[in-house]
This record gives sequence, structure tokens and C-alpha cells, in this order.
Amino acid sequence: MIEAVNLTKIFRDKKRGEIFATKDVSFRVVPGEIYGLLGANGAGKTSTLRVLATLLAPSSGSAVIAGHDIVRAPEKVRAHVGFLAASTALYGRLTAREMITYFGRLNGMADAAIRARIKLLADELDMHEFLDRRCEKFSTGMKQKTSIARTLIHDPAVMIFDEPTLGLDVMTARAIVRFVRDCRARGKTVIYSTHVMSEVEKLCDRVGIIHDGRLCAEGTVGDLLTRTGETDLEEAFVKLAGIKEAA
Amino acid sequence: MNWRSIRTIYTKELRDLLRDKRTVRSMIVIPLIVMPALTFGVGKIATMVVSKARAETPSVMVLGGADSPDVITQLKKEAKINLVPEAADWAQQISDKKLRVAVRLPEKFEAGLKAGAAPTVTIYHYEGELKSGFAVGEMEKFFRGLSAQTAKERLAEHGLPATLVQPFETKRENVAPPEKVGGNTLGGILPYMIIILCFMGAVYPALDMTAGEKERGTMETLLCSPVNRVDIVLGKFLMVLTGSLSAMALSLLSMSVSFFLLGSMFGGRAAAVAGAAATSAPLPMIDPLGIFGVLAMVLPVAVLFSAVIFTVALFAKSFKEAQSYVQPMVFVIIMPAIIGMLPGIDLNARLALVPILNLSLVCKEMLSGVWHWNYIAIIFGSTCVYAGVALALAVRMFNREDVIFRT
Ligand SMILES: Nc1ncnc2c1ncn2[C@@H]1O[C@H](COP(=O)(O)OP(=O)(O)O)[C@@H](O)[C@H]1O
Ligand SMILES: [Mg+2]
Repeated sequence: MIEAVNLTKIFRDKKRGEIFATKDVSFRVVPGEIYGLLGANGAGKTSTLRVLATLLAPSSGSAVIAGHDIVRAPEKVRAHVGFLAASTALYGRLTAREMITYFGRLNGMADAAIRARIKLLADELDMHEFLDRRCEKFSTGMKQKTSIARTLIHDPAVMIFDEPTLGLDVMTARAIVRFVRDCRARGKTVIYSTHVMSEVEKLCDRVGIIHDGRLCAEGTVGDLLTRTGETDLEEAFVKLAGIKEAA
Repeated sequence: MNWRSIRTIYTKELRDLLRDKRTVRSMIVIPLIVMPALTFGVGKIATMVVSKARAETPSVMVLGGADSPDVITQLKKEAKINLVPEAADWAQQISDKKLRVAVRLPEKFEAGLKAGAAPTVTIYHYEGELKSGFAVGEMEKFFRGLSAQTAKERLAEHGLPATLVQPFETKRENVAPPEKVGGNTLGGILPYMIIILCFMGAVYPALDMTAGEKERGTMETLLCSPVNRVDIVLGKFLMVLTGSLSAMALSLLSMSVSFFLLGSMFGGRAAAVAGAAATSAPLPMIDPLGIFGVLAMVLPVAVLFSAVIFTVALFAKSFKEAQSYVQPMVFVIIMPAIIGMLPGIDLNARLALVPILNLSLVCKEMLSGVWHWNYIAIIFGSTCVYAGVALALAVRMFNREDVIFRT
């Protein structure tokens, strides 16, 4: 369960002054649900998700994740969260097994439990062939699988995905989408950010449209279409985000 | 603080770094091979240059002296110099190092000596040039001899004993124990080397584990784990410290082994030379307890270096940027280390508070077997405080979002 209340993140930049990357954002995601965060580049998706994953501290507002407050108990929050982003890389000089084991240990797991869990994940993700090879030589698909196994090693209740298909080829991207659905099927709480309309249509139970740090609209894809009287999500998105297009 | 997390991070960093060729080079190969090779190489070359300069018979030109044939004959007989004919451009020749020295004999020099006058002989030389210096030494020795000889003759003429002008003799003898002589010579260079090595050993791991991780995108991955950030800093910091200390320990080890091998190669001679005078000895003796003292004093300095480099490198976005911050720091480190090597600068209460310089100075003393416990306590204590502050700063830096997620 994710419950964000008036979440705000302000960056102070020398040139641009105060930047409201996330402004008064409130939403709820329940177990077994995929919540999509749809927004253009610079809309504030990454900042919002980083605040939820406690990588950044909120400037104001708060959120409760899996029963823990992100401000008061960030370590407990991280123990129940799997965070996967295009920017979370692997240690190139470690093998996939070492990488996953490292994160198991950082999560306080015993070595026997880690071994059993790696066996399970490697079966599911079909990783056995490259489990003992160094990550630096991996293809993007192998890297992505290893990253997924890294986020799942401690079997978190909440999964946070920040544009996980960014820069991936079609087949790897499809595998990720399948995997996200899988997480929902297992009753995990999933939040998924993207700027790709088709991913939202395929994946998300509910969508939040974010623009300039504000959550402009929320609902199922169907809701959003009827509300705007559009048949195409992209058109609906532009209307709901209040984007004024130059003629 | 959770020791299990710290250990997990430390072990992972150790494995990760040992798999990197660049780390292995900076932490193991360079200290083990390059440092001793460099030290011995430079020492060897210096000795060779000096003995070659000594072996050379310097060319000397006499200006004037046509009316002093006896002196010229004596100079010609002198085996240690090579007399060359007078030339007008003698000053230029000295500057060009073709001629080592020129000696001006005043007019009627010999006649003046016989008549009881006190003429002046001028030696023209190249200030600060080694070979010219040796030639000056030879000429001064010659003219001192001539002067003494003349004095004797004059006294004999008057029927007076030679002891009239030389009432007593002086001679010098070293009473400082050999380890003090060794401590004074080696005491300057050894702490300097240790300081540099501690610094160098820390640089690569620190940069790789901070800016390097940010650049490669693994820092964000690591921050996703539930581990407390203080534990992450400590795990990484301990690895930097390991790099610093191992670089130092390995190079000291390989240098002692080389010293030992050299010593057994030269056999008894080395021991005798070492005992006699440490000036040209391959094996200056030092107080063995002093070595342990130095190692103990170096520990907080290594902590200080590790924490400072870690903090600075953390701020950088990329490995390259971090390098550009750390490189100027080398000068900041080298300056006090060099000042500590200068003769005549001794430890006092104020200098004991200056980091690095105080280490350099106290090491010189400890290696000579001098233990000023009050200074040692001040230095150890103050350096621990500096190190603690630097480490606290590293933790604070790591907790700053604008540093970790700097774009
Ligand atoms: N560390 C930072 N410092 C300053 N500004 C930032 C920082 N991170 C993000 N921003 C700014 O915040 C806004 C939102 O960025 P971000 O959350 O990355 O958006 P998105 O992920 O939707 O592309 C952008 O204007 C971005 O430039
Ligand atoms: Mg983003």
C-alpha cells in the first residue's frame, strides 16, 4: 500500500531558483494494483518516485508505504520497497549472483535464504546461463533481468518502477511489461512511471497525469477518455495536463 | 551503526576493487615495486654522480704567475688537478663548465712571500656547481699547504719553533650513536615517503567508490537498500583506509626486504659502514622502536587523508572531475612534508598542531630514538581530532541530496 499526502519536493538551483519538482501530490495505490504515473520529460516523475523510495527527502507532505512513514522510518520503507529505474545500474565487476547476493545481505537476509531465493528467481527469469558471469559483459536484456532479481531478492510488498523500459529494445521492454503484470498478480503494490501512452493502456489499472510537478488528473484510462471526450489517450493527456500547444 | 552491514559493504568493495586492474596497480604494484625501485634508483644515481665527479681531475687555469715559477711547478706536480694554459675567456669557460676553476696569482707572488708580504690569491669558481666545488676544495687545500709551508720557513729564518703559529690542533669525532645519525638522515625522507604513500594509496579506491559509482549509476542502486547511510560511508571509508595503509605497508615491506638483501650482498662492509658514518652508507641505522612509533603516528593521518579524499571525491560527478580536485591536494600534502625534512626545523608546541608537518617532525625524532612524550601525545591527539572531524564531514556530505544527486 502506498499513501501519499500533499507530497512536495523543491530543488534549489543556482540558476533556476526554486524548482517545484513535485507539488502537493496525493494518491493511493492498493495491493494488487498498478498505478501509472504518466508525464512528459521533466514533469516530476523521477523526483516523486525517489521521494517515495526515500532516496530523496520530501520538502513537505508525507507518504506511508507498507505501513511505514517515509520521513520517520526511511530504512523500514526501503526494506519493503523494490526500486527499479533506468538509472539504477549494476556493479560491472561483480557477477549477477554476487550482485544479487550483495543486495540480499544489505537487506539483512541470511545466506541460505539468499541462495534459495536466487535459485527461485533464476528459474523464473531464466538466468542460470549467465548467473556467474560479470555484469559488465551483459546484454541489456541480461542486465535488466539481473536488476529485476536485485529488486526482488527481499520479496518487497511495494514495487516502484521509474521508466524501466527507457532505451530498451522491444523484446526486453515486453519482458519488463510482462514482469510488472506478474508483480500485480502476486498482490504487490505497483507504481509505474512512463511517458509512453501505450504502456499505460496495456498495464495500468489507474493513471495519474503529472505535469509541472502537479497531479492534474487521476482515474482509469476509460475514465480519462470519457472525461475529455477523446478516443485517444494522447489527446486526453494533452487536455488534462493543460498543455497549450503552439499552433 | 550496524557492523554486519558495514562488513558486507566493506567485503563487497574489497572484492570489487581487487578485480579492477587500476586499483591493483595503485594499491599493490606501485608501492611494492616502483617506490623502492625509485628510492634505490635515485639514491644509486646520486651516489654515482657524486663519485664520478670526485673521480674526475678538474681542469684548473692559473692567471698570472709568470714571475712565480716554483708555485707553478708545484701545481703541475699536483696529481689531483689538470693545469691548463691561460686563456682570455677563462670566466666564460667556467660558466660553460669547460674549466672548473681559475686561480689568480698576484704579481711578484713568490718574491712577496719571500719578503714577508701577505698577498691575496683569488679562486674564481662556479657557485653551487658540484665539480667546480670539488676543484675549489683541491685548490684551497693546496694553498693552505703552501701557506703553512711559508709560515714554517719564515719561523725557521727567525729561529722560532713551528708551534708558535700552530699552538694546538683540532680534530673531530662523532659521538652521536649511529641510530641517531641514521635517524636524522633517514628520519627526514622516511616520513615524507610514508605520507605520500598513504595519500596515493587512498586516492584510487576513494575516487572509484564515490565519483566512480555516481558516474556508473550504481550509487543510486546502493541507496535503494535499507542500509543506513552512515554504515555505507563507514564501509566505504574503511576500504579507502585499507588502500592507504596497504600501499604504505607494502612499500615499507618491500623496501626493508631490499635493504636487507643489499645488506647481505655487501656483507660485513655494510654493517661497518653503517656503524661508522651514515653519510654514504647504504644502510643507515635507525631505532627499530622508532619504526613502530612512526606506524602508530601514521594511523590517524591515514584516517585523515582517507576521509578528506573521500569527502572531496564524493562531491564530484565523475571520476575525471574527482581527479581534478584531488591532484592539487598532493601539493598541500607535499609542502609540509618537505618543510619537515628541512634541517633546523624542530618540533615545538605550536608546530605540533600543524597536521602532516608535525608527523614529519616527530618521526624524525622517533627514528633517532628521541621520545618527547608530551609532543607525541599532542600530535596523536590533534590528528585524531582532525581525522574525526573529516570523517564526520564525510558522513554529512553523504547525507546531502545535492551532493549525491548532483546533476
Ligand atoms: N537534483 C536536482 N536538482 C535540481 N533540479 C532537479 C533535480 N532533479 C530534478 N530536477 C528538476 O526537477 C524537475 C522534475 O524532474 P524529474 O523528476 O526528473 O522529471 P521526470 O522524471 O518526469 O522527467 C525538472 O525540472 C528537473 O530539471
Ligand atoms: Mg525521470
